[in-house]
Amino acid sequence: MLDFSILTDHLDMYLEGFKITITASLIALVASLVIGILIAVIRIVPFKPLNALGAAYVEFIRNIPLLIIVFFFFLGLRLDGLMAGTIALSIYTSSFIAEAIRAGILSVPKGQMEAARSSGLSYVQTMRLIILPQAFKIVIPPLGNQFINLVKNSSILSVVAGLDLMYQGDLISSRTFVVFDVYIFVAIFYLLLTIPLSLGVGYLEKRLAKSN
Amino acid sequence: MKKKWLQGLLLSILAVILLAGCGKETSTETEKSENETKDVLAQIKEKDKIVFGVKNDTRLFGLKNPSTGEVEGFDIDIAKALAGEILGDETKVEFKEVTSKTRMPLLNNGDIDVIVATMTITEERKKEVDFTDVYFDAGQSLLVKKGSSIKRIDDLKGKTVIAVKGSTSAVNIREKAPDAKVLEFENYAEAFNALKAGQGDALTTDDSILYGMADEDPSYELVGGTFTEEPYGIAVKKGNTALVEELNKALKAIKDSGKYDEIYAKWIKK
Repeated sequence: MLDFSILTDHLDMYLEGFKITITASLIALVASLVIGILIAVIRIVPFKPLNALGAAYVEFIRNIPLLIIVFFFFLGLRLDGLMAGTIALSIYTSSFIAEAIRAGILSVPKGQMEAARSSGLSYVQTMRLIILPQAFKIVIPPLGNQFINLVKNSSILSVVAGLDLMYQGDLISSRTFVVFDVYIFVAIFYLLLTIPLSLGVGYLEKRLAKSN
Repeated sequence: MKKKWLQGLLLSILAVILLAGCGKETSTETEKSENETKDVLAQIKEKDKIVFGVKNDTRLFGLKNPSTGEVEGFDIDIAKALAGEILGDETKVEFKEVTSKTRMPLLNNGDIDVIVATMTITEERKKEVDFTDVYFDAGQSLLVKKGSSIKRIDDLKGKTVIAVKGSTSAVNIREKAPDAKVLEFENYAEAFNALKAGQGDALTTDDSILYGMADEDPSYELVGGTFTEEPYGIAVKKGNTALVEELNKALKAIKDSGKYDEIYAKWIKK
């Protein structure tokens, strides 16, 4: 059975890591959502050069490993581990979020835009009043997936001494030579974050479906 | 709606139980394989090959040569010489690349037979594995950029020291310099790059490895001499006394024949 003394003996380390993982995840979550929305808008506005710029950003960022983005900020720009990891995580996740939001907006039937425009609404008004509210509902489940991935991906901080949950797990396991039990407790701490997040997204999805 | 929440709760409890069960199962599995592979020496003789766990990121000891794809270094040559003594042929070896973090689990799983990977003999590790006699005498030291204000270990107060995860030096430095902040990285390459990127003021590990780094980038130097003794040992799975004896015999043989000194002179230039 699980050796709970591992948890109780190193509780301060686990909690310190948990705190950092929560902080990094929350900051990256908000930042990636903001950047993601911005990029999605850039990809959709009726102006070709901007579209291309947005597409280039998404294709470049989402097709390289997260670790390399982290190293860029850590070794290249010389930010500390926590900062480099959080910024890299925000940028990396934002490319996926931008794609999810763009797909959501595009999945609103074309007729909606045409009808709104021909009834006299401007492009921005149509987006704000007709398209985005409908897209929002469609986008919730994929966004939820991205946020869960983000929390798990935050373990990349451990590579640049970001003091997060995984880093603390590495230290505890190298001190005690216990591998499985140490990381099972790490997994449980991650579940404490991801399961409520999952449930929250599911709840929001249900609520919005009802309002249809 | 209430029902859904209950479902979610039950699901998460189930997940936790599953995970816990997972740990239990694996530990019995290792116990089982421990019984099966009790005598590693007999296995080595049977397959006529020794599987060594070696570093691939440690200059002078075990470093992957990118042009050949082969790992080269002091540990590698020692391992070959040992295989030459035990099996009569230096080529009857297989090298698996390990890190400080993975070498013990790999040994205990039976993926490797012997660890020759800059591993310090400590009391704590002796509880987990069996060690041979010392095959290399190292000591922990500090690597800093030339002209740094750090001249000895006492100067570390309030500074950031870089170490490698799972190494004894990470534990030692916390004792010897309690006022320093310690950041730990995955391997020596990352640690050295972090030092170069100014993420810390000094890098600490065994002098033998630091010499390799200073050799690579002469703008860095060792300071303060050594402040610990780090006797490197060759490790085998706990309980394999016959294999330890065989390795000790082989080690003595290559020391007597001058082969050891030859390998030492080839790699270590102080």
